[in-house]
Amino acid sequence: MDIWALLIIPLAAALLITLVTRKNEDLSSFISIGAIVLCFFIVFPYLLKMLGNPHMEALEQSFTWLQVKGLTIEMGTIIDPLSIIMLFIVTFVGSLIHIYSRGYMHGEHGFSRFFACLSLFIFSMLGIVLSNNFIMIFVFWELVGLASYLLIGFYFEKASAADAAKKAFLVNRVGDFGFILGIFVLYYATGTFNFIELGHIIAAGKVDSATLGLAALLIFCGAVGKSAQFPLHVWLPDAMEGPTPVSALIHAATMVAAGVYMLARASFLYSAAPHFAMMTIAYIGGFTALMAALLALGQSDIKRIIAYSTLSSLGYMVMSVGVGGTSAGMFYLTTHAFFKALLFLGAGSVIHACHTNEIWHMGKLFPKMKVTAVTFLLGSFAMMGIFPFSGFWSKDEILSAAYNADTFLFGLGVFTAFITALFMTKLLLVTFFGEKRYHGHPHESPGVMTIPLMVLSVFAVFAGLAGLPGLEPNFGTFIGGGHGHGGEHHFNYAVATISTAAVFLGIIIGYALYSKKDMHEDILAVKFPKVFRVLENRFYFDYVYDNYLVKKIYNGIAKISNFIEVYIIINFILNGIAYITRQIGRGLRLTISGQLQHYTLVMVGGVFVLMIIFVIF
Amino acid sequence: MEGFPVLSALILSPLIAVIILLFVKEERIGLIRAISVVSTSICLILSFYLLWAYDKVKGGYQFIEKVEWIKSLGVSYHLGVDGISVAMVVLTSIVIFTGVFVSWVGVKHRIKEHYIFLLLLVAGVFGVFESLDLICFFLFYELAVIPMYPLIGIWGSANREYATMKLTLYLSFGALFALLGLLSIYFVSGAQTGVYTFDMLEIAKLSFDGSYQIKVFLPLLFGFGVLVPLAPFHSWSPIGHAAAPSAVSMLHAGVLMKLGAYGIIRAMWLLPQGAQFWMPWVAVLSLINIFYGGMVAMSRKDMKFMIGYSSSSHMGYVLLGLATVNYIGVNGAVLLMFAHGIMTALAFSLIGFIYDQAHTRMMYDFSGLAKKLPFVSIAFAIMGFASSGLPGLANFVAELMVFIGAFKDYPIQAIVAVFGIIVTATYMLRCLRDVFFREPQDKWDHIKDATTFVERMPFVILIAVLLVVGFYPAIIVDIINTGVVPLVDRVNAVPLG
Repeated sequence: MDIWALLIIPLAAALLITLVTRKNEDLSSFISIGAIVLCFFIVFPYLLKMLGNPHMEALEQSFTWLQVKGLTIEMGTIIDPLSIIMLFIVTFVGSLIHIYSRGYMHGEHGFSRFFACLSLFIFSMLGIVLSNNFIMIFVFWELVGLASYLLIGFYFEKASAADAAKKAFLVNRVGDFGFILGIFVLYYATGTFNFIELGHIIAAGKVDSATLGLAALLIFCGAVGKSAQFPLHVWLPDAMEGPTPVSALIHAATMVAAGVYMLARASFLYSAAPHFAMMTIAYIGGFTALMAALLALGQSDIKRIIAYSTLSSLGYMVMSVGVGGTSAGMFYLTTHAFFKALLFLGAGSVIHACHTNEIWHMGKLFPKMKVTAVTFLLGSFAMMGIFPFSGFWSKDEILSAAYNADTFLFGLGVFTAFITALFMTKLLLVTFFGEKRYHGHPHESPGVMTIPLMVLSVFAVFAGLAGLPGLEPNFGTFIGGGHGHGGEHHFNYAVATISTAAVFLGIIIGYALYSKKDMHEDILAVKFPKVFRVLENRFYFDYVYDNYLVKKIYNGIAKISNFIEVYIIINFILNGIAYITRQIGRGLRLTISGQLQHYTLVMVGGVFVLMIIFVIF
Repeated sequence: MEGFPVLSALILSPLIAVIILLFVKEERIGLIRAISVVSTSICLILSFYLLWAYDKVKGGYQFIEKVEWIKSLGVSYHLGVDGISVAMVVLTSIVIFTGVFVSWVGVKHRIKEHYIFLLLLVAGVFGVFESLDLICFFLFYELAVIPMYPLIGIWGSANREYATMKLTLYLSFGALFALLGLLSIYFVSGAQTGVYTFDMLEIAKLSFDGSYQIKVFLPLLFGFGVLVPLAPFHSWSPIGHAAAPSAVSMLHAGVLMKLGAYGIIRAMWLLPQGAQFWMPWVAVLSLINIFYGGMVAMSRKDMKFMIGYSSSSHMGYVLLGLATVNYIGVNGAVLLMFAHGIMTALAFSLIGFIYDQAHTRMMYDFSGLAKKLPFVSIAFAIMGFASSGLPGLANFVAELMVFIGAFKDYPIQAIVAVFGIIVTATYMLRCLRDVFFREPQDKWDHIKDATTFVERMPFVILIAVLLVVGFYPAIIVDIINTGVVPLVDRVNAVPLG
């Protein structure tokens, strides 16, 4: 029963704030914070239980939600190591971000609405994590989309925020289009939506390989949308229109990871899917990772840089799933949740102090904001994957998995690590060191904001030890245990050396480029203006989507349909019929003149005609 | 309540109110409104009683009332409801109850006549959903359609003469075909047994020749299809919505269009093999409804036209669900009739609320209304998300069932239908963005939010229904299922030769 409380508490908090306490801002925020902290304390004993028993059985609880003849849909929860780890991330990082938000959102219009939306988001996200079947995960998947829409569009009076919210929802819908069709394919092949039953049926080899491949790719579309993979990545950078804690919670630590979580949840499908399907997934992930890292290089907005680095990290995770390293992907997801939330909250703290997102208007913040700077530095090291920070261990697992599966992907991964180190170095140097370029008097954020940073930085540094090779049980034991592969991971010195070399090369080049004193714009922009413009314009993806796919094709079809409707069907055919009818009526009216002579004439004429006909025939 | 004629009471409650209203003075607005509220509250209570008292285990037609009427012709006053009709009766009473309050706010002149026609219309709608006699069915059907003419013609907005004329011509044209089909069934069944009767239950016991069924199903499908509206005979509908006053748009989209789908369901019941032959064609035409209707909705800037085309798009899902002729799809279709009725009533009541103050419905005239109208904006957003099939709201469950049902036999239609929810989300979110978000404008400073009880109540009730059914669909699906299972079994019982 306490499992269901995980859903009821945040939902109740959201409703309570919306309906009752909206006017009282402090109370509203405490209700929301209280709800998530309570959820964390419900989850924590399960985490301990799992640590004590690495091979725990999955616990399921479900009830019938909808039943008609031929179709039964259940709502049910599943508790296994995978969901426990994810529950822990969501409630733990979520709690910190809720607390941080109280400081960050202080004095904002719509403070209560913000916390109501956060609670709604937590409700939906926990729903995804707890789901034991595909319909339920889809239900909460969509609700997460709603919460994200509301939070991205939080400053709805800004046209750019309203647009970004709409874009996020619609782009996700495109992914969900494939997702739901994939669920149908799987349902008609097996007759169930339940994960565990599906696992048994597929493991028994009762579904043919082509169907599995189709279902795997279609369901993957959902993850492409939610985890912002190419070609549906365009919504995530725009989503930074939301308040910064939202970017940290939703667009870094939790929601975007839902796609990867779902793939891990459906690992029964992905471990049985044919090779080409898995390679498609791996290459989409690898391509996204590299593309996003390059794009991050071309940005100068602190949130956007981190947003693109998130895209890149998500690409890593997806690539990992594609090459069969589900547990490595989940491990990376976990460490990423900590260091990326840390980086976003740190960025929020900087923005809060400087009132700008532009890194070229910052500089030399280190002496002013020591806590923010140090924690941000730690987060960056984790992100770059420097030994022994958490990102090192998790990235290493992914690279090892790629190394064993596909050399090209491995190269892609290493090159991405190099670019990542490069742009993170740039971000650090330009923001916190170098020359003073800010205006006003930035000062350190209040404790309610810096304490979450410190807590997160501890995890960002040490969380990687959970996956320490040789440790028993380690991270892989929990996730990989049930599904047969990805669990065993041997530390590969070659991989570790190559990736570390790439990272340090990135740092050195970054230092060489960005440590100069009198710099006021990006040196790459000066040296390679054309290349840089392509990066700034995000490889023109948004341009092509907006101007061709949406404006020309999508709206074009709508305009043509409307033309057919208005001019052809209504004005030409229907009003034409009406017009002809009216004209015939008008013409016939002339024959009814009311004069007896006319009628007689017509009658006599008629008789004549009849006589002629009679005579001839 | 054993022996109490619940079904007759549902029809009589508005009719008696009409008779009382005839004797009430025009000036006594309070009394006129009170009478309308009381009569529709009685309908609401009775319909919820039906929902509660209908025996789901037994199924079939219940609460039957039968009185001989014209014996020589075999006409009788014969009422009864199955699971499908109960759902429709509940829908009707919710929409009219909220509609009375919407008219309370929106209608400013000839109030008495307005309520008289509104209540007449509703009596007709209840009659159609409850009739088990073909003549009763047809008479009530006409009773439901005719009041639309004065309601749009007198209380409508721009273009009302054109709209009401077009609507009446279309619906009469459709009704003519439906009547031909019904009469044909009467004569053929009479010739077969020697007893001429309009009793649907008696006729349903007979089995007609397959080729005859195929012939006579077509005029019925066309006749009722026009009302659905089945593309390409849909163009009366959006302009009818647009020109009608709010409460009439609510009834029109919420209930009247469902009469068409209900008529098709009854035709499937009477002529199962005809349905087998023609429903695949309906599945094809439903694609035009879904895709083309959605695309036209997307390029419309008038909010009422947008919702109008959206309705014909979403009725395409209903047609697709019916066309699957399997349990899942047909259940989904009937639930969607219910959910769409509520959602679209909400849409028109909200747009009417804004239009009555702003005197425009063009999206480009507005921006930033959310700031001024938080309550209406939230209600509108819920409506928009319901329409785009967001889980937690009734339409999602219905659409999901239609998709699952259709995916088996009509994968292409299912794919287009699923794509259709992207299209719906596109125009709904664009509308939200244009009208409610962005910078507020000074010129709309005078617009007021819904604050009073009377203003808010219809929105609250409709949203509550969407949420309750969305979270706990079994409340209504269980009863719909008892009507759908025998229907589907009957249609599939004898395969076409």
